[in-house]
Amino acid sequence: MSWLHLVILSPFLLAFVVPLLYRKFQRIHTGWFVLPLPLVLFIYFTQYISGVSKGETYLHSMKWIPSLGINFDAYVDGLGLLFSLLITGIGTLVILYSIYYLSKTKEALHSFYVYLLLFMGSMLGVVLSDNLMNLYSFWELTSLSSFLLIGYWYKREKSQYGALKSMLITVFGGLSLLAGIVLLYVMTGTFSIREIISNVDVVTSSHLFIPALVLILLGAFTKSAQFPFHIWLPDAMEAPTPVSAYLHSATMVKAGIYLLARLSPVFAISATWFFVISIVGLITLFWGSFSAVKQQDLKGILAFSTISQLGMIMSLIGVGSAAIHYDFLDDNIYLVALTAAVFHLINHATFKGSLFMVVGIVDHETGTRDIRKLGGLMSFMPVTFTMAIIGGFSMAGLPPFNGFLSKEMFFTGMVNVTKMDMYSMQTWGILLPITAWVGSIFTFVYSMILVFKTFTGKYQPEKLEKKPHEAPVGMLISPVILASLVVIFGFAPNLLESILIEPTMASIAPSLLAEGKEYQVHIKFWHGFTPELFMTLGVITFGILLFMTLQKWSKIYTRFPSSLTLNNGYNYGIKGMEKGSTRIMKTLMTGFIRDYLLIIFTFIGILILVTLFSQNAFAIDLKDTVSIGVYEAILAVVMVAATITTLLAKSRLTAIISLGVVGYTLSLFFVLFRAPDLALTQLVIETVSVSLFLLCFYYLPEFRKRKVRVKFQLPNLLVALLVGTTVTLLGISANSTKLFESISHYFIENSYEKAGGENMVNVILVDFRGFDTLFEITVLCIAALAIYGMIRLRLTKEEEE
Amino acid sequence: MKKNDLILQTTTKVVTFIIIIFAIHLFFAGHYTPGGGFVGGLTTSAALVLLLLAFDIKTVSKVIPLDYKKVAASGLLLAILTGLGSFIFKVPFLTHTYSYFNLPLLGKTSLATVVLFDLGVYLVVVGVTMTIIQTIGESE
Repeated sequence: MSWLHLVILSPFLLAFVVPLLYRKFQRIHTGWFVLPLPLVLFIYFTQYISGVSKGETYLHSMKWIPSLGINFDAYVDGLGLLFSLLITGIGTLVILYSIYYLSKTKEALHSFYVYLLLFMGSMLGVVLSDNLMNLYSFWELTSLSSFLLIGYWYKREKSQYGALKSMLITVFGGLSLLAGIVLLYVMTGTFSIREIISNVDVVTSSHLFIPALVLILLGAFTKSAQFPFHIWLPDAMEAPTPVSAYLHSATMVKAGIYLLARLSPVFAISATWFFVISIVGLITLFWGSFSAVKQQDLKGILAFSTISQLGMIMSLIGVGSAAIHYDFLDDNIYLVALTAAVFHLINHATFKGSLFMVVGIVDHETGTRDIRKLGGLMSFMPVTFTMAIIGGFSMAGLPPFNGFLSKEMFFTGMVNVTKMDMYSMQTWGILLPITAWVGSIFTFVYSMILVFKTFTGKYQPEKLEKKPHEAPVGMLISPVILASLVVIFGFAPNLLESILIEPTMASIAPSLLAEGKEYQVHIKFWHGFTPELFMTLGVITFGILLFMTLQKWSKIYTRFPSSLTLNNGYNYGIKGMEKGSTRIMKTLMTGFIRDYLLIIFTFIGILILVTLFSQNAFAIDLKDTVSIGVYEAILAVVMVAATITTLLAKSRLTAIISLGVVGYTLSLFFVLFRAPDLALTQLVIETVSVSLFLLCFYYLPEFRKRKVRVKFQLPNLLVALLVGTTVTLLGISANSTKLFESISHYFIENSYEKAGGENMVNVILVDFRGFDTLFEITVLCIAALAIYGMIRLRLTKEEEE
Repeated sequence: MKKNDLILQTTTKVVTFIIIIFAIHLFFAGHYTPGGGFVGGLTTSAALVLLLLAFDIKTVSKVIPLDYKKVAASGLLLAILTGLGSFIFKVPFLTHTYSYFNLPLLGKTSLATVVLFDLGVYLVVVGVTMTIIQTIGESE
């Protein structure tokens, strides 16, 4: 356990305290208690900058499940540090903003901040884990906490829908990521990312390489909302705006990009990686920006804009992987794409974060986000308008903001593709810059819509719910900081070069930078009359043209049949699944426990019998059996007699008591076979369960007689015979087959040595197999809660009625 | 519906304590002789069930005002915390240790962290059993 581990876990620890603070200090906004944490963490991470920029990395190992190679290894390098700074930095600003955005009287603040802290911790865990299993656990935690945050206003139907959709899609991707991680483990025998990278040759030569690649890409694409999995992101906008600013623009959706960057050294050697990522990224870029133009909701525009920008970063990582294929570094033109990806990642977090906050302010102060109702807000909200201009122009890629610089580098990267002398890129490669260029035009158009339709034009006070005015100062602080960063990074991009971008590049493409080589990033503001500059001029010209004539051509969006959209496909699939499961439920769930038992027993019987015979596992070996003594014989007779009594009993009471006799006899068997622990447990269990049974049956309704035409029921007899035969055969076979040495010697020898206990059973329960016991008592607790819920909640419902 | 059964009630008052003391003995002896958290917990619940049978639920819950859901939850929490505690000593989750101490009155005694975990199990078993029985019993 090191400080770094504590840093990763600290949001989880604070999450425990937040509800108490919320109760205790009703008057103070709970956000104030949460705010110091990300700020402290941000300062903590800045300490790493000097070391990391010199090329140092830090590894703190902690054993978790060492026998499976799963450890909680926290690892700080350029890439992890960049993301940690984003998570804590933007986190601080978002929490500050949320204090003014969320009302402390109307909202359930404690759950909001608990979810947000859970998210922050899991996100830090994702980017600082060296162990893939550890990364995966945190990865799924981000999906979970994002589900909770999207569904924060859980009474709204749309929130439920959006939360469920994001959960289904991202968890689906998460599971395939898990499969990919397992494949990587099969290939290399380790979960550690650093060790996998050092074993690249093994991975690339394996026949599992492509399956692992595809599975991991699925995980990354679903998380980062790439086409066709992007459909969850617009619906995730049902979350409160601070959440959208944080999760769905700055951090969580970038986890997919993080994963690709992190695993680039492993996979980038493959052409599949290059093609799939670049092409999917570009399609997403185009489709996202094209769809953003038709949105009426400000947050909808930003959602699709995020999708398209993520696509852009993706495609840059894909194109950048071409750098791996060329050994000469000095004039390596493909690393530009990777640099652009890293640079744009930072820029996107700043301008999109501020734009989301601007939209939140507009929503908060006017009561609507619909651009058809908004307009002319410029004179009411001058500060917000300025920030919208800065953020919007940066998003559109206009000078002098940081978005301009990264967009120019993006164009450079795409133009370089056409110079590639592999994969016959000279001919088809031209499609890449063209798609990028068209996507950028639409990006320009929606940025302009966002800024000008909201803040200029006709002011329509009758359509607004509130009289607009400038937001309170507290709400403005965070977006102002972000907007100033947009300007600062625009004028002085070299601030970031050596401290963040270069170390990050070193993590993404270590093979290129190893052995004393250095990669120097130079982001220049003026780069001469290059093709990129003319492309930008083209974007501006066509963008203005399209923006002016928006009315005329926007009809093409309605031409697209709504029944063919991906969203429709998703809804159709969900409905189909619901219908199918209802049908299955109706046929299986008759409401009679007899029927359930029939199904369960038949299934068990067939399953075991088929396995026994197909595996040829059936064996009778009477060598090891002991002769049956008098006591055993008597007990067996008693047991059979008690069982028959249970079956023939007329009243429930007799049945329960004779069933209890079976149990007590069993415990006597344990006594005979010298298992005092089991006998004791069985005795007490029998006592408690008999009284519980009596209690239950006392309250049960009268036995509902089913109309039975014949007295003798053949199916029941068959099932009874089946189960009886199966269990007997299984018992005999299990006793006759000994494949391995008995493990009991180990326990006999070690229980005193290692655990200091003389009772082996107890030592196994609490020490050697303590995990089992821990999960068993967890299951017990869940069962108790379920029973409590079923009975108690039904009662209170009845009382209410 | 419940009769006042004097003999049962008087016996119960005495027997319950004997059972509970026996349960505590089982719990602590578990590491060396048959017993342990699970059996100890069950035996305790059996004593409580006996109380419930002899008296009614209201009387018992007045005498022992425990929310058994909280008992179960705190047991689970204790078990998990015992597991997490091993992180402080940089060993894997749920690693136990033991040592011998010379305690006043008791003499040479072995103290093991396992007992804490077992106490968690004990509390969970008591809590869960009693939650189930009480919920079903109260449901009318």
